[in-house]
Amino acid sequence: MNSLIHARGLVKRFGDFTAVDGIDVDVRAGEAFGFLGPNGAGKSSTMRMIGCVSPPSGGELRILGMDPRRDGPAIRARLGVCPQLDNLDPELTVLENLVTYARFFGIPRRAARERAAELLDFVQLGERAGSKVDPLSGGMKRRLTIARAMINQPDLVLLDEPTTGLDPQARHLVWERLFRLKQQGVTLVLTTHYMDEAEQLCDRLVVMDGGRIVAEGSPRELIEAHSTREVVELRFPTDDQGTYAGKLEGIGERVEVLPDRVLLYVGDGDGALTEVHRRSLSPSSSLVRRSSLEDVFLRLTGRTLVD
Amino acid sequence: MTPSVYVLEYHLVNYRRTWRSSAFSSLVLPLLTMLGFGLGVGSFVTGGVEGVPYLQWMVPGLIASTAAQVAVAESTWPVMSCFTWVKSYFAQAAAPLRPADILGGHVAFMLFRVLASAAAFLMVAFCFGALRSGWSLLVLPIALLLGAALAPLVAAYTASVTTDMYLAVLFRFAVLPMSLFSGVFFPIESLPTGLRWVALALPLSHGVDLSRAATLGLDPGPGAVWQVLYLLAWAVAGWFLASWRYRRRLVI
Amino acid sequence: MLPRLLPALDGMARRSAAVAGRNVAALRTAYWLVLLGGLLEPVFYLFSIGVGVGALVGEIPLPGGRLVGYAEFVAPAMLASSAMSGALTETTFNFFGKMKFMRLYEGMLATPVRPIEIALGELSWAMLRGSLYSAAFLVIMVAMDLTTPLRALAAFPASVLVGFAFGALGMTVSTLIRGWQDFDMISAGMFVLFLFSGTFIPATAYPDVLRWIVEVTPLYRSVDLIRGISLGSLGFVQLLDVLYLLAMLVGGLFVAGRRMERLLCR
Repeated sequence: MNSLIHARGLVKRFGDFTAVDGIDVDVRAGEAFGFLGPNGAGKSSTMRMIGCVSPPSGGELRILGMDPRRDGPAIRARLGVCPQLDNLDPELTVLENLVTYARFFGIPRRAARERAAELLDFVQLGERAGSKVDPLSGGMKRRLTIARAMINQPDLVLLDEPTTGLDPQARHLVWERLFRLKQQGVTLVLTTHYMDEAEQLCDRLVVMDGGRIVAEGSPRELIEAHSTREVVELRFPTDDQGTYAGKLEGIGERVEVLPDRVLLYVGDGDGALTEVHRRSLSPSSSLVRRSSLEDVFLRLTGRTLVD
Repeated sequence: MTPSVYVLEYHLVNYRRTWRSSAFSSLVLPLLTMLGFGLGVGSFVTGGVEGVPYLQWMVPGLIASTAAQVAVAESTWPVMSCFTWVKSYFAQAAAPLRPADILGGHVAFMLFRVLASAAAFLMVAFCFGALRSGWSLLVLPIALLLGAALAPLVAAYTASVTTDMYLAVLFRFAVLPMSLFSGVFFPIESLPTGLRWVALALPLSHGVDLSRAATLGLDPGPGAVWQVLYLLAWAVAGWFLASWRYRRRLVI
Repeated sequence: MLPRLLPALDGMARRSAAVAGRNVAALRTAYWLVLLGGLLEPVFYLFSIGVGVGALVGEIPLPGGRLVGYAEFVAPAMLASSAMSGALTETTFNFFGKMKFMRLYEGMLATPVRPIEIALGELSWAMLRGSLYSAAFLVIMVAMDLTTPLRALAAFPASVLVGFAFGALGMTVSTLIRGWQDFDMISAGMFVLFLFSGTFIPATAYPDVLRWIVEVTPLYRSVDLIRGISLGSLGFVQLLDVLYLLAMLVGGLFVAGRRMERLLCR
């Protein structure tokens, strides 16, 4: 078996609530794999099961060929985990955070210090080694957490919402570092509710909704299978965008009405826009763009990702 | 002056949520001390102290000590929270309030807490028959004065330290020894000379002395005037230090 | 069986030590001061109550009828109380802060460290700190001629046992805590035990019913054990004290480990 993660019919229940409802996943060595979905889709529960801190309620799960129920510590010894909320140690310095964490893996102190210094350079925090964690910015904290997840040279790195809550500049810096890791051959598994993040980082992803997997493939494949090449976004000067839906009938393959705008799914955006104006409809604003995973999600679930 | 009242109102409104647990620690715990020491240990102090039964001797000291502890408790973690955790001082500073108003309102609240605790304790002490004189009511203004001597000064300290660990340090190195060696449990006359001067330099011993004279109905003598003036001096110095520290933190 | 078990135990010890090592790394100036304060607290009480009030009390009768100086009577109780409060503070306030406030254990559990190893690591740290306190206090007791050096040596392991027992109890309590408001209850509970566990007066001075209640509390058993050793009045009751504290230790650790597993690995 060469999948690092192998799940069949995996289920997680909390009392009556089913957070993960029978999913099948295989993650191969060296790929960047994403769980995409809105809040509450079951991504984090899945990640916690993969991280061996949450026992599955049903189904089959093997991580690195081992059983998380029995071999939890042995599996975690080879995982790197970057949780959604940073849980860095506020009483320690940046460097001490990495060194003490290395000790939990049984890494000798000297080796831990060397590795920590390398990783701080890698995440561009070398100059802050002696600083406490609190004064760091959100982006720095996240990079430190990523460095901490790499301390044991893991075979598999789990990243739960790696850029949620960061400003655009900090996000790009995190993406860039993660992309480096990917190039070094590290297997990444991440959850996200950001389309751009999934498109930037993932070779392959599954779209989750309500605890189930609703689609699977590379970002390109998903867009090709579930959307059109281009999208025209129109805003009309009215409270009810829906009144315009009928008048747009027949332009392109599909019309989606959102509370604040109307989306036209078309092969040729500029052509469609010309047609809109020819029907003497005058939107207050219009935009032609490439289809994204956002559109895939809308198509698959009838809902937008970020509500 | 009026803006301070708004600040006081804010603290009073907040207090409505937490008064139960704070009443618990500022009343029930001293009561237990009174039972444990005053009655328990007191039953072994056969000769009494200075001709007075031990319970009656130690209760006024315990009331003063409670007043001091409430004053310090209210001017440490809550002040730290207003600066660092909840940051309500900064919210207040964004309104048309000056640092002195913010400080004044909060200190007024601290003194309210001191007075309330002292009053409650005084009533319980009365029920236990631990008060001997009608002058006992004077314990209330004495507690207030003692609170005023401590609260602003400690608030200044809190405004100056970086982490709440230094508050724990204050309690362990200053408040606890002050409570134990200021003549609450045994007369300070039996302390070695050096330590006696330390005890006399700290405000609590004077609060204890004055309260004791009040509940036992003794004439405190002319020294009492100096004791009151000494506590007032602490209050004034504390006020100026605190307004300085508050300005430094709030006006940036 | 044994060859398999030994490396497993070794790994467990190593990982528990790493958990305790985190606390060593977190030692800072202010924290040192807090530690020193914890050391001084029982000394302050000893001087204030034992010596100061002791001058008013004079001598106090032991259950056997023997009279001892009040400071001699109070000192072992202060030792037991400080072992209790040190262990409980570390395993409730600090433990809860690390679990809920700093979320440290979530990070640790993503590594090979298991919940029981966190419990053991935190407990051994609390005990290391508590043992230092006890040793220093015993030195002071000997210096003040409140006990003999030999008895102090014998009282040391007893005070460590007291710390372990309360540490295990504290860990169990902190897995049951709902929020910061419960800490008022813990402080109050500690203070009540401190005042009424035969610490300042013999339990025989209480009315009968109260006395029975007092005598089953863990601090009373601890005071009884350490006072028995430091005053050299040992009997079968002290054996009972030891069993009581051992049961508390084992039971506390067992429950705490299970509850932590449930709290953290949902």
